[in-house]
Amino acid sequence: MPDNAISTETIIQIERVSKWFGDFQVLQDIDLTVRHGERVVVCGPSGSGKSTLIRCINRLEEHQSGRIVVDGNELDYNTKHIHKVRCEVGMVFQQFNLFPHLTVLENCTLGPMRVRGLTKKEAKSQAMEYLERVRIPEQAHKHPSALSGGQQQRVAIARSLCMEPRIMLFDEPTSALDPEMIKEVLDVMIDLAETGMTMICVTHEMGFARTVAHQMVFMDEGRIIENAVPEQFFSNPKNERTKLFLSQILSH
Amino acid sequence: MIRNKAPYDSYWIDALVLIAVVSLIVYVVFRVNTVLVYNWDWSFIPGYLFRWDEELQSYAPNLLMKGLFTTIRLAIWSIILAAILGFIMGVMRTSRRLFPRMLSRLYVELIRNIPPVVFIFVFYFFISSQITPLLGLDNISEDSSPMTLKVLDFLLGPPELLSNVVAGIICLALFEGAYVTEIVRAGIQSIPKGQVEGGMSIGLSRIQLMRYVVMPQAVQKVVPPLASQFIILIKDSSIVSLISIQELTFLTMEVATSTQRVFEIWLFVAAMYFVISYACAFGFSRLEKRLALHKA
Repeated sequence: MPDNAISTETIIQIERVSKWFGDFQVLQDIDLTVRHGERVVVCGPSGSGKSTLIRCINRLEEHQSGRIVVDGNELDYNTKHIHKVRCEVGMVFQQFNLFPHLTVLENCTLGPMRVRGLTKKEAKSQAMEYLERVRIPEQAHKHPSALSGGQQQRVAIARSLCMEPRIMLFDEPTSALDPEMIKEVLDVMIDLAETGMTMICVTHEMGFARTVAHQMVFMDEGRIIENAVPEQFFSNPKNERTKLFLSQILSH
Repeated sequence: MIRNKAPYDSYWIDALVLIAVVSLIVYVVFRVNTVLVYNWDWSFIPGYLFRWDEELQSYAPNLLMKGLFTTIRLAIWSIILAAILGFIMGVMRTSRRLFPRMLSRLYVELIRNIPPVVFIFVFYFFISSQITPLLGLDNISEDSSPMTLKVLDFLLGPPELLSNVVAGIICLALFEGAYVTEIVRAGIQSIPKGQVEGGMSIGLSRIQLMRYVVMPQAVQKVVPPLASQFIILIKDSSIVSLISIQELTFLTMEVATSTQRVFEIWLFVAAMYFVISYACAFGFSRLEKRLALHKA
Protein backbone atom coordinates (compact mmCIF):
# COMPACT_ATOMS: atom_id res chain seq x y z
CA MET A 1 0.00 0.00 0.00
CA PRO A 2 1.39 3.41 -0.90
CA ASP A 3 2.32 5.39 2.12
CA ASN A 4 -0.08 8.14 2.93
CA ALA A 5 2.02 10.93 4.26
CA ILE A 6 2.39 10.41 7.99
CA SER A 7 2.76 13.72 9.63
CA THR A 8 5.38 14.28 12.27
CA GLU A 9 2.65 15.33 14.68
CA THR A 10 2.22 12.87 17.55
CA ILE A 11 -1.42 11.95 18.16
CA ILE A 12 -1.06 9.26 20.83
CA GLN A 13 1.70 9.33 23.39
CA ILE A 14 2.00 6.42 25.79
CA GLU A 15 4.74 6.72 28.42
CA ARG A 16 5.81 4.10 30.98
CA VAL A 17 2.27 2.78 31.35
CA SER A 18 1.70 -0.05 33.81
CA LYS A 19 -1.47 -1.77 34.87
CA TRP A 20 -2.33 -4.56 37.28
CA PHE A 21 -5.36 -6.83 37.58
CA GLY A 22 -5.03 -7.62 41.26
CA ASP A 23 -1.52 -8.99 41.72
CA PHE A 24 -1.11 -9.77 38.05
CA GLN A 25 0.71 -7.13 36.03
CA VAL A 26 -0.90 -6.94 32.58
CA LEU A 27 1.07 -3.99 31.29
CA GLN A 28 4.67 -3.29 32.19
CA ASP A 29 6.27 0.04 31.34
CA ILE A 30 4.71 0.43 27.94
CA ASP A 31 6.09 3.18 25.71
CA LEU A 32 4.48 3.82 22.36
CA THR A 33 4.18 6.83 20.09
CA VAL A 34 1.65 7.00 17.29
CA ARG A 35 1.81 9.81 14.79
CA HIS A 36 -1.12 11.34 12.96
CA GLY A 37 -2.09 9.10 10.02
CA GLU A 38 0.02 6.23 11.22
CA ARG A 39 -1.24 2.64 11.23
CA VAL A 40 -0.02 0.39 14.00
CA VAL A 41 -0.63 -3.34 14.19
CA VAL A 42 -0.26 -4.93 17.61
CA CYS A 43 0.21 -8.68 17.81
CA GLY A 44 1.32 -11.23 20.32
CA PRO A 45 0.14 -14.39 22.08
CA SER A 46 -3.13 -14.33 23.99
CA GLY A 47 -2.85 -12.84 27.45
CA SER A 48 0.04 -10.63 26.39
CA GLY A 49 -1.89 -7.45 27.22
CA LYS A 50 -2.45 -6.18 23.70
CA SER A 51 -6.23 -5.77 24.10
CA THR A 52 -5.75 -4.14 27.49
CA LEU A 53 -3.30 -1.70 25.96
CA ILE A 54 -5.65 -0.42 23.28
CA ARG A 55 -8.57 -0.41 25.72
CA CYS A 56 -6.51 1.98 27.83
CA ILE A 57 -6.37 4.40 24.92
CA ASN A 58 -10.08 5.21 25.19
CA ARG A 59 -10.21 4.51 28.91
CA LEU A 60 -12.29 1.36 28.82
CA GLU A 61 -9.48 0.27 31.13
CA GLU A 62 -7.71 2.53 33.58
CA HIS A 63 -3.90 2.51 33.66
CA GLN A 64 -2.36 2.78 37.10
CA SER A 65 0.94 4.42 36.40
CA GLY A 66 2.50 6.30 33.52
CA ARG A 67 0.87 8.74 31.12
CA ILE A 68 -1.40 8.45 28.10
CA VAL A 69 -2.02 11.57 26.02
CA VAL A 70 -4.45 11.35 23.11
CA ASP A 71 -4.54 14.35 20.80
CA GLY A 72 -3.51 16.71 23.55
CA ASN A 73 -5.88 15.29 26.18
CA GLU A 74 -4.23 13.45 29.02
CA LEU A 75 -6.25 10.51 30.29
CA ASP A 76 -6.60 11.14 33.99
CA TYR A 77 -9.54 11.24 36.36
CA ASN A 78 -10.99 14.29 34.66
CA THR A 79 -14.17 13.00 33.03
CA LYS A 80 -14.12 15.85 30.53
CA HIS A 81 -10.82 14.64 29.14
CA ILE A 82 -12.13 11.08 28.96
CA HIS A 83 -15.26 12.25 27.16
CA LYS A 84 -13.23 14.27 24.68
CA VAL A 85 -10.97 11.32 23.95
CA ARG A 86 -13.90 8.94 23.48
CA CYS A 87 -15.48 11.33 20.99
CA GLU A 88 -12.27 11.35 18.95
CA VAL A 89 -11.42 7.68 19.23
CA GLY A 90 -13.61 5.06 17.60
CA MET A 91 -13.46 1.45 18.64
CA VAL A 92 -14.39 -1.83 16.98
CA PHE A 93 -14.75 -4.85 19.25
CA GLN A 94 -14.25 -8.56 18.76
CA GLN A 95 -17.88 -9.23 19.68
CA PHE A 96 -19.23 -6.25 17.64
CA ASN A 97 -21.20 -4.89 20.65
CA LEU A 98 -23.98 -3.53 18.46
CA PHE A 99 -27.17 -2.51 20.24
CA PRO A 100 -29.63 -5.35 19.58
CA HIS A 101 -32.77 -3.30 20.32
CA LEU A 102 -31.96 -0.72 17.65
CA THR A 103 -31.90 -1.05 13.88
CA VAL A 104 -28.64 -0.78 11.99
CA LEU A 105 -29.45 2.81 11.12
CA GLU A 106 -30.36 3.69 14.72
CA ASN A 107 -27.12 2.10 15.90
CA CYS A 108 -25.31 4.53 13.63
CA THR A 109 -27.30 7.63 14.51
CA LEU A 110 -27.41 7.26 18.31
CA GLY A 111 -23.96 8.69 18.99
CA PRO A 112 -24.08 11.52 16.44
CA MET A 113 -27.51 12.65 17.68
CA ARG A 114 -26.93 12.33 21.42
CA VAL A 115 -23.26 13.20 21.66
CA ARG A 116 -22.48 15.40 18.66
CA GLY A 117 -25.88 17.07 18.61
CA LEU A 118 -26.78 16.37 14.98
CA THR A 119 -30.43 16.51 13.96
CA LYS A 120 -32.12 13.25 13.10
CA LYS A 121 -32.03 14.10 9.41
CA GLU A 122 -28.35 14.98 9.39
CA ALA A 123 -27.46 11.91 11.39
CA LYS A 124 -29.46 9.69 9.06
CA SER A 125 -27.94 10.95 5.85
CA GLN A 126 -24.47 10.73 7.37
CA ALA A 127 -25.15 7.19 8.61
CA MET A 128 -26.30 6.13 5.13
CA GLU A 129 -23.09 7.54 3.72
CA TYR A 130 -20.96 5.42 6.02
CA LEU A 131 -23.16 2.36 5.57
CA GLU A 132 -22.49 2.69 1.86
CA ARG A 133 -18.80 2.89 2.56
CA VAL A 134 -18.94 -0.40 4.44
CA ARG A 135 -21.15 -1.71 1.61
CA ILE A 136 -24.37 -2.54 3.44
CA PRO A 137 -26.78 0.37 2.91
CA GLU A 138 -29.54 -2.12 2.06
CA GLN A 139 -29.51 -3.54 5.61
CA ALA A 140 -30.12 -0.18 7.28
CA HIS A 141 -33.58 -0.97 8.59
CA LYS A 142 -32.87 -4.45 9.90
CA HIS A 143 -31.90 -5.31 13.44
CA PRO A 144 -28.32 -6.52 14.00
CA SER A 145 -29.48 -10.05 14.86
CA ALA A 146 -30.73 -10.46 11.28
CA LEU A 147 -27.22 -9.89 9.91
CA SER A 148 -24.24 -12.19 9.48
CA GLY A 149 -21.17 -11.72 11.65
CA GLY A 150 -19.23 -10.03 8.89
CA GLN A 151 -22.10 -7.66 8.21
CA GLN A 152 -22.47 -6.88 11.92
CA GLN A 153 -18.80 -6.05 12.20
CA ARG A 154 -19.04 -3.73 9.20
CA VAL A 155 -22.01 -2.00 10.86
CA ALA A 156 -19.88 -1.64 13.98
CA ILE A 157 -17.19 0.04 11.89
CA ALA A 158 -19.79 2.35 10.36
CA ARG A 159 -21.17 3.15 13.82
CA SER A 160 -17.72 4.25 14.94
CA LEU A 161 -17.06 6.24 11.78
CA CYS A 162 -20.32 8.15 12.23
CA MET A 163 -18.71 9.84 15.21
CA GLU A 164 -16.07 11.12 12.75
CA PRO A 165 -13.18 9.98 14.91
CA ARG A 166 -9.56 10.95 14.30
CA ILE A 167 -8.32 7.59 15.54
CA MET A 168 -9.76 4.09 15.14
CA LEU A 169 -9.00 1.21 17.47
CA PHE A 170 -9.64 -2.37 16.36
CA ASP A 171 -9.68 -5.06 19.04
CA GLU A 172 -9.34 -8.38 17.17
CA PRO A 173 -12.10 -7.39 14.74
CA THR A 174 -12.02 -10.66 12.80
CA SER A 175 -11.43 -13.17 15.59
CA ALA A 176 -15.11 -13.95 16.14
CA LEU A 177 -15.89 -14.34 12.45
CA ASP A 178 -16.27 -17.37 10.23
CA PRO A 179 -13.35 -17.60 7.77
CA GLU A 180 -15.41 -16.63 4.72
CA MET A 181 -16.43 -13.36 6.38
CA ILE A 182 -12.99 -12.22 7.43
CA LYS A 183 -12.14 -10.83 4.03
CA GLU A 184 -15.14 -8.52 3.75
CA VAL A 185 -14.21 -6.91 7.06
CA LEU A 186 -10.53 -6.63 6.21
CA ASP A 187 -11.40 -5.06 2.86
CA VAL A 188 -13.38 -2.36 4.63
CA MET A 189 -10.48 -1.79 7.01
CA ILE A 190 -8.06 -1.49 4.07
CA ASP A 191 -10.39 1.06 2.45
CA LEU A 192 -10.36 2.98 5.69
CA ALA A 193 -6.56 2.83 5.84
CA GLU A 194 -6.42 4.38 2.38
CA THR A 195 -8.29 7.44 3.63
CA GLY A 196 -5.36 8.21 5.94
CA MET A 197 -7.13 7.33 9.20
CA THR A 198 -4.89 6.80 12.21
CA MET A 199 -5.45 3.15 13.15
CA ILE A 200 -4.32 0.82 15.89
CA CYS A 201 -5.28 -2.80 15.23
CA VAL A 202 -4.88 -5.78 17.47
CA THR A 203 -5.03 -8.66 15.02
CA HIS A 204 -3.50 -11.95 14.00
CA GLU A 205 -4.15 -11.29 10.31
CA MET A 206 -0.54 -10.98 9.22
CA GLY A 207 -1.40 -10.50 5.55
CA PHE A 208 -3.45 -7.48 6.51
CA ALA A 209 -0.67 -6.24 8.77
CA ARG A 210 1.88 -6.50 5.95
CA THR A 211 -0.42 -4.53 3.66
CA VAL A 212 -1.40 -1.64 5.88
CA ALA A 213 0.95 -1.29 8.85
CA HIS A 214 3.52 1.42 9.24
CA GLN A 215 4.56 0.10 12.60
CA MET A 216 4.46 -3.45 13.96
CA VAL A 217 4.32 -3.96 17.70
CA PHE A 218 4.90 -7.38 19.26
CA MET A 219 3.84 -7.85 22.88
CA ASP A 220 4.43 -10.65 25.32
CA GLU A 221 3.75 -10.85 29.07
CA GLY A 222 2.69 -7.24 29.26
CA ARG A 223 5.75 -5.78 27.54
CA ILE A 224 6.45 -4.46 24.09
CA ILE A 225 9.20 -6.80 22.97
CA GLU A 226 9.66 -5.65 19.43
CA ASN A 227 8.63 -2.50 17.61
CA ALA A 228 9.65 -2.26 13.96
CA VAL A 229 8.56 -1.41 10.44
CA PRO A 230 6.78 -4.36 8.76
CA GLU A 231 9.58 -5.25 6.29
CA GLN A 232 12.05 -5.67 9.09
CA PHE A 233 9.50 -7.23 11.45
CA PHE A 234 8.51 -10.02 9.08
CA SER A 235 11.83 -10.71 7.36
CA ASN A 236 14.30 -10.11 10.12
CA PRO A 237 12.79 -10.10 13.61
CA LYS A 238 15.38 -9.48 16.29
CA ASN A 239 13.78 -11.12 19.26
CA GLU A 240 13.57 -14.89 19.72
CA ARG A 241 10.00 -14.73 20.99
CA THR A 242 8.92 -12.78 17.94
CA LYS A 243 10.56 -15.34 15.67
CA LEU A 244 8.78 -18.18 17.47
CA PHE A 245 5.44 -16.40 17.33
CA LEU A 246 5.78 -15.55 13.65
CA SER A 247 6.82 -19.09 12.77
CA GLN A 248 3.74 -20.43 14.55
CA ILE A 249 1.33 -17.98 13.03
CA LEU A 250 2.73 -17.87 9.49
CA SER A 251 3.34 -21.59 9.05
CA HIS A 252 -0.29 -22.21 8.20
CA MET B 1 -46.04 -39.32 9.75
CA ILE B 2 -44.36 -41.35 12.42
CA ARG B 3 -45.67 -40.71 15.86
CA ASN B 4 -43.90 -41.29 19.06
CA LYS B 5 -46.05 -43.63 21.12
CA ALA B 6 -44.57 -42.70 24.48
CA PRO B 7 -46.94 -39.84 25.39
CA TYR B 8 -50.00 -42.08 24.92
CA ASP B 9 -48.67 -44.65 27.34
CA SER B 10 -48.98 -42.28 30.24
CA TYR B 11 -52.67 -41.52 29.66
CA TRP B 12 -53.79 -44.00 32.29
CA ILE B 13 -51.73 -42.11 34.91
CA ASP B 14 -53.52 -38.88 33.99
CA ALA B 15 -56.83 -40.68 34.29
CA LEU B 16 -55.93 -42.06 37.71
CA VAL B 17 -54.89 -38.63 38.98
CA LEU B 18 -58.06 -37.09 37.64
CA ILE B 19 -60.22 -39.72 39.31
CA ALA B 20 -58.34 -39.27 42.59
CA VAL B 21 -58.77 -35.48 42.54
CA VAL B 22 -62.47 -35.64 41.63
CA SER B 23 -63.20 -38.21 44.29
CA LEU B 24 -61.35 -36.13 46.88
CA ILE B 25 -63.49 -33.11 46.02
CA VAL B 26 -66.66 -35.18 46.14
CA TYR B 27 -65.60 -36.56 49.49
CA VAL B 28 -64.87 -33.12 50.96
CA VAL B 29 -68.21 -31.76 49.73
CA PHE B 30 -69.95 -34.82 51.11
CA ARG B 31 -68.23 -34.43 54.53
CA VAL B 32 -69.06 -30.77 54.68
CA ASN B 33 -72.68 -31.56 53.92
CA THR B 34 -73.12 -34.48 56.29
CA VAL B 35 -70.69 -34.00 59.16
CA LEU B 36 -70.98 -30.24 59.38
CA VAL B 37 -74.67 -30.27 58.80
CA TYR B 38 -74.20 -26.81 57.46
CA ASN B 39 -77.05 -24.94 55.99
CA TRP B 40 -75.63 -23.12 52.96
CA ASP B 41 -77.14 -19.75 52.29
CA TRP B 42 -75.70 -17.45 49.67
CA SER B 43 -78.68 -15.12 49.47
CA PHE B 44 -77.24 -12.40 51.72
CA ILE B 45 -74.26 -11.73 49.45
CA PRO B 46 -75.88 -9.45 46.82
CA GLY B 47 -77.11 -7.25 49.64
CA TYR B 48 -73.55 -6.74 50.81
CA LEU B 49 -72.39 -5.96 47.29
CA PHE B 50 -74.97 -3.25 46.65
CA ARG B 51 -77.58 -1.67 48.87
CA TRP B 52 -80.61 0.36 48.06
CA ASP B 53 -80.03 3.99 48.97
CA GLU B 54 -83.34 5.53 50.09
CA GLU B 55 -82.10 9.12 49.81
CA LEU B 56 -80.71 8.79 46.31
CA GLN B 57 -83.34 6.31 45.17
CA SER B 58 -80.62 4.16 43.53
CA TYR B 59 -78.25 1.33 44.30
CA ALA B 60 -75.01 2.21 46.05
CA PRO B 61 -72.00 -0.01 46.65
CA ASN B 62 -72.12 -1.75 49.97
CA LEU B 63 -69.27 -3.11 52.11
CA LEU B 64 -67.94 -5.77 49.73
CA MET B 65 -67.88 -3.49 46.67
CA LYS B 66 -66.39 -0.66 48.71
CA GLY B 67 -63.70 -3.04 49.91
CA LEU B 68 -63.05 -4.21 46.37
CA PHE B 69 -62.67 -0.63 45.14
CA THR B 70 -60.32 0.19 47.99
CA THR B 71 -58.26 -2.90 47.24
CA ILE B 72 -58.04 -1.95 43.57
CA ARG B 73 -57.07 1.63 44.46
CA LEU B 74 -54.53 0.36 46.96
CA ALA B 75 -53.07 -2.00 44.37
CA ILE B 76 -52.88 0.51 41.52
CA TRP B 77 -51.29 3.30 43.55
CA SER B 78 -48.86 1.08 45.36
CA ILE B 79 -47.86 -0.61 42.09
CA ILE B 80 -47.07 2.82 40.66
CA LEU B 81 -45.18 3.92 43.76
CA ALA B 82 -43.36 0.60 44.13
CA ALA B 83 -42.34 0.74 40.47
CA ILE B 84 -40.91 4.26 40.86
CA LEU B 85 -39.20 3.43 44.14
CA GLY B 86 -37.90 0.11 42.84
CA PHE B 87 -36.62 1.71 39.65
CA ILE B 88 -34.68 4.39 41.52
CA MET B 89 -33.34 1.96 44.11
CA GLY B 90 -32.50 -0.61 41.43
CA VAL B 91 -30.46 1.93 39.48
CA MET B 92 -28.76 3.03 42.70
CA ARG B 93 -27.93 -0.59 43.43
CA THR B 94 -25.88 -0.78 40.23
CA SER B 95 -24.19 2.57 40.78
CA ARG B 96 -20.41 2.79 40.72
CA ARG B 97 -20.49 4.91 43.86
CA LEU B 98 -20.55 3.21 47.23
CA PHE B 99 -23.06 5.42 49.03
CA PRO B 100 -26.10 4.92 46.77
CA ARG B 101 -25.26 1.24 46.56
CA MET B 102 -25.20 0.93 50.33
CA LEU B 103 -28.39 2.93 50.79
CA SER B 104 -30.28 0.74 48.37
CA ARG B 105 -28.80 -2.42 49.85
CA LEU B 106 -29.83 -1.33 53.34
CA TYR B 107 -33.39 -0.76 52.19
CA VAL B 108 -33.67 -4.10 50.41
CA GLU B 109 -32.09 -6.12 53.19
CA LEU B 110 -34.14 -4.45 55.92
CA ILE B 111 -37.41 -5.22 54.20
CA ARG B 112 -36.57 -8.64 52.84
CA ASN B 113 -35.51 -9.92 56.22
CA ILE B 114 -38.57 -8.84 58.16
CA PRO B 115 -41.84 -10.79 57.82
CA PRO B 116 -44.48 -8.73 56.01
CA VAL B 117 -46.87 -8.75 58.96
CA VAL B 118 -44.21 -7.53 61.37
CA PHE B 119 -43.11 -4.86 58.91
CA ILE B 120 -46.66 -3.64 58.63
CA PHE B 121 -47.06 -3.24 62.37
CA VAL B 122 -43.71 -1.51 62.73
CA PHE B 123 -44.63 0.74 59.84
CA TYR B 124 -48.05 1.50 61.31
CA PHE B 125 -46.89 2.38 64.80
CA PHE B 126 -43.71 4.28 64.00
CA ILE B 127 -43.88 5.62 60.47
CA SER B 128 -47.43 6.05 59.32
CA SER B 129 -48.39 8.03 62.43
CA GLN B 130 -45.67 10.53 61.45
CA ILE B 131 -46.37 10.70 57.72
CA THR B 132 -50.09 11.34 57.54
CA PRO B 133 -50.10 14.45 59.78
CA LEU B 134 -47.09 15.67 57.82
CA LEU B 135 -49.06 15.46 54.58
CA GLY B 136 -51.97 17.26 56.23
CA LEU B 137 -54.38 14.53 55.22
CA ASP B 138 -56.44 14.52 58.39
CA ASN B 139 -58.24 17.81 57.82
CA ILE B 140 -58.30 17.64 54.05
CA SER B 141 -62.07 17.32 53.85
CA GLU B 142 -62.54 20.65 55.66
CA ASP B 143 -59.95 22.59 53.68
CA SER B 144 -60.69 21.51 50.12
CA SER B 145 -63.21 22.60 47.51
CA PRO B 146 -66.00 20.19 46.46
CA MET B 147 -64.32 19.69 43.10
CA THR B 148 -61.00 18.51 44.55
CA LEU B 149 -62.90 16.30 46.95
CA LYS B 150 -64.69 14.66 44.03
CA VAL B 151 -61.43 14.00 42.20
CA LEU B 152 -59.86 12.69 45.40
CA ASP B 153 -62.89 10.51 45.99
CA PHE B 154 -62.43 8.93 42.56
CA LEU B 155 -58.67 8.48 42.89
CA LEU B 156 -58.30 7.51 46.52
CA GLY B 157 -61.77 6.78 47.85
CA PRO B 158 -63.88 8.58 50.44
CA PRO B 159 -62.09 11.63 51.95
CA GLU B 160 -62.84 10.63 55.52
CA LEU B 161 -60.75 7.49 54.99
CA LEU B 162 -57.99 9.28 53.08
CA SER B 163 -55.22 9.07 55.66
CA ASN B 164 -56.14 5.45 56.20
CA VAL B 165 -55.83 4.58 52.51
CA VAL B 166 -52.65 6.60 52.05
CA ALA B 167 -51.01 4.79 54.95
CA GLY B 168 -51.91 1.48 53.30
CA ILE B 169 -50.55 2.59 49.93
CA ILE B 170 -47.24 3.81 51.34
CA CYS B 171 -46.86 0.68 53.42
CA LEU B 172 -47.46 -1.67 50.49
CA ALA B 173 -45.29 0.39 48.15
CA LEU B 174 -42.38 0.42 50.60
CA PHE B 175 -42.70 -3.28 51.09
CA GLU B 176 -43.02 -4.33 47.46
CA GLY B 177 -40.52 -1.70 46.31
CA ALA B 178 -37.73 -3.80 47.80
CA TYR B 179 -38.64 -6.73 45.59
CA VAL B 180 -39.00 -4.49 42.55
CA THR B 181 -35.53 -3.12 43.35
CA GLU B 182 -34.06 -6.60 43.14
CA ILE B 183 -35.87 -7.30 39.87
CA VAL B 184 -34.65 -4.03 38.32
CA ARG B 185 -31.11 -4.71 39.53
CA ALA B 186 -31.13 -8.18 38.00
CA GLY B 187 -32.48 -6.71 34.75
CA ILE B 188 -29.76 -4.07 34.55
CA GLN B 189 -27.02 -6.53 35.42
CA SER B 190 -28.20 -9.00 32.80
CA ILE B 191 -27.14 -6.58 30.05
CA PRO B 192 -23.72 -7.71 28.80
CA LYS B 193 -20.71 -5.53 29.62
CA GLY B 194 -19.99 -5.20 25.91
CA GLN B 195 -23.14 -3.12 25.49
CA VAL B 196 -21.89 -0.56 27.97
CA GLU B 197 -18.44 -0.55 26.38
CA GLY B 198 -19.95 -0.15 22.92
CA GLY B 199 -21.89 2.85 24.19
CA MET B 200 -18.90 4.35 25.97
CA SER B 201 -16.78 4.00 22.84
CA ILE B 202 -19.13 6.33 20.96
CA GLY B 203 -18.96 8.87 23.77
CA LEU B 204 -22.29 8.31 25.54
CA SER B 205 -22.39 9.57 29.11
CA ARG B 206 -23.39 7.31 32.01
CA ILE B 207 -26.93 8.67 31.97
CA GLN B 208 -27.25 8.36 28.20
CA LEU B 209 -25.95 4.80 28.40
CA MET B 210 -28.67 3.96 30.92
CA ARG B 211 -31.38 5.68 28.94
CA TYR B 212 -30.61 4.59 25.40
CA VAL B 213 -28.71 1.32 25.77
CA VAL B 214 -29.22 -0.44 29.09
CA MET B 215 -32.79 0.43 30.12
CA PRO B 216 -34.57 -0.36 26.84
CA GLN B 217 -33.00 -3.81 26.91
CA ALA B 218 -33.49 -4.30 30.65
CA VAL B 219 -37.20 -3.41 30.50
CA GLN B 220 -37.95 -6.28 28.15
CA LYS B 221 -36.26 -8.72 30.50
CA VAL B 222 -37.92 -7.28 33.58
CA VAL B 223 -41.57 -7.34 32.49
CA PRO B 224 -42.37 -11.01 33.29
CA PRO B 225 -40.92 -11.01 36.84
CA LEU B 226 -42.41 -7.57 37.49
CA ALA B 227 -45.82 -8.81 36.41
CA SER B 228 -45.72 -11.67 38.87
CA GLN B 229 -44.49 -9.32 41.60
CA PHE B 230 -47.43 -6.99 40.98
CA ILE B 231 -49.86 -9.87 41.20
CA ILE B 232 -48.26 -10.82 44.50
CA LEU B 233 -48.78 -7.21 45.56
CA ILE B 234 -52.51 -7.40 44.81
CA LYS B 235 -52.80 -10.45 46.99
CA ASP B 236 -50.49 -9.07 49.68
CA SER B 237 -52.71 -6.02 49.92
CA SER B 238 -54.96 -8.15 52.13
CA ILE B 239 -52.43 -8.02 54.98
CA VAL B 240 -52.84 -4.29 55.45
CA SER B 241 -56.26 -5.20 56.86
CA LEU B 242 -54.25 -5.85 60.03
CA ILE B 243 -53.70 -2.12 60.47
CA SER B 244 -57.41 -1.54 59.80
CA ILE B 245 -57.06 -0.26 56.24
CA GLN B 246 -60.63 -0.70 55.06
CA GLU B 247 -60.00 -2.88 52.04
CA LEU B 248 -61.67 -6.05 50.87
CA THR B 249 -60.29 -8.43 53.52
CA PHE B 250 -60.95 -6.02 56.38
CA LEU B 251 -64.54 -5.37 55.36
CA THR B 252 -65.08 -9.06 54.72
CA MET B 253 -64.12 -9.75 58.32
CA GLU B 254 -66.79 -7.27 59.37
CA VAL B 255 -69.39 -8.92 57.15
CA ALA B 256 -68.35 -12.34 58.43
CA THR B 257 -68.78 -11.25 62.04
CA SER B 258 -72.11 -9.56 61.51
CA THR B 259 -73.70 -12.27 59.34
CA GLN B 260 -72.01 -15.32 60.91
CA ARG B 261 -71.91 -16.72 57.35
CA VAL B 262 -68.17 -17.41 57.48
CA PHE B 263 -67.93 -20.12 54.80
CA GLU B 264 -69.95 -18.42 52.11
CA ILE B 265 -68.40 -15.02 52.52
CA TRP B 266 -64.78 -16.21 52.46
CA LEU B 267 -65.36 -18.46 49.49
CA PHE B 268 -67.00 -15.58 47.69
CA VAL B 269 -64.18 -13.16 48.51
CA ALA B 270 -61.59 -15.72 47.42
CA ALA B 271 -63.34 -15.74 44.06
CA MET B 272 -63.25 -11.93 43.95
CA TYR B 273 -59.48 -11.89 44.58
CA PHE B 274 -59.03 -14.59 41.98
CA VAL B 275 -60.85 -12.55 39.37
CA ILE B 276 -58.77 -9.39 39.86
CA SER B 277 -55.46 -11.25 40.10
CA TYR B 278 -56.22 -13.34 37.07
CA ALA B 279 -57.38 -10.35 35.05
CA CYS B 280 -54.12 -8.63 35.93
CA ALA B 281 -52.06 -11.67 34.94
CA PHE B 282 -53.95 -11.83 31.65
CA GLY B 283 -53.23 -8.16 30.98
CA PHE B 284 -49.56 -8.59 31.66
CA SER B 285 -49.24 -11.62 29.42
CA ARG B 286 -50.75 -9.56 26.59
CA LEU B 287 -48.23 -6.80 27.26
CA GLU B 288 -45.41 -9.32 27.28
CA LYS B 289 -46.44 -10.67 23.90
CA ARG B 290 -46.58 -7.16 22.51
CA LEU B 291 -43.10 -6.36 23.78
CA ALA B 292 -41.81 -9.61 22.32
CA LEU B 293 -43.19 -8.57 18.93
CA HIS B 294 -41.11 -5.41 19.01
CA LYS B 295 -38.02 -7.35 19.84
CA ALA B 296 -35.48 -7.98 17.13
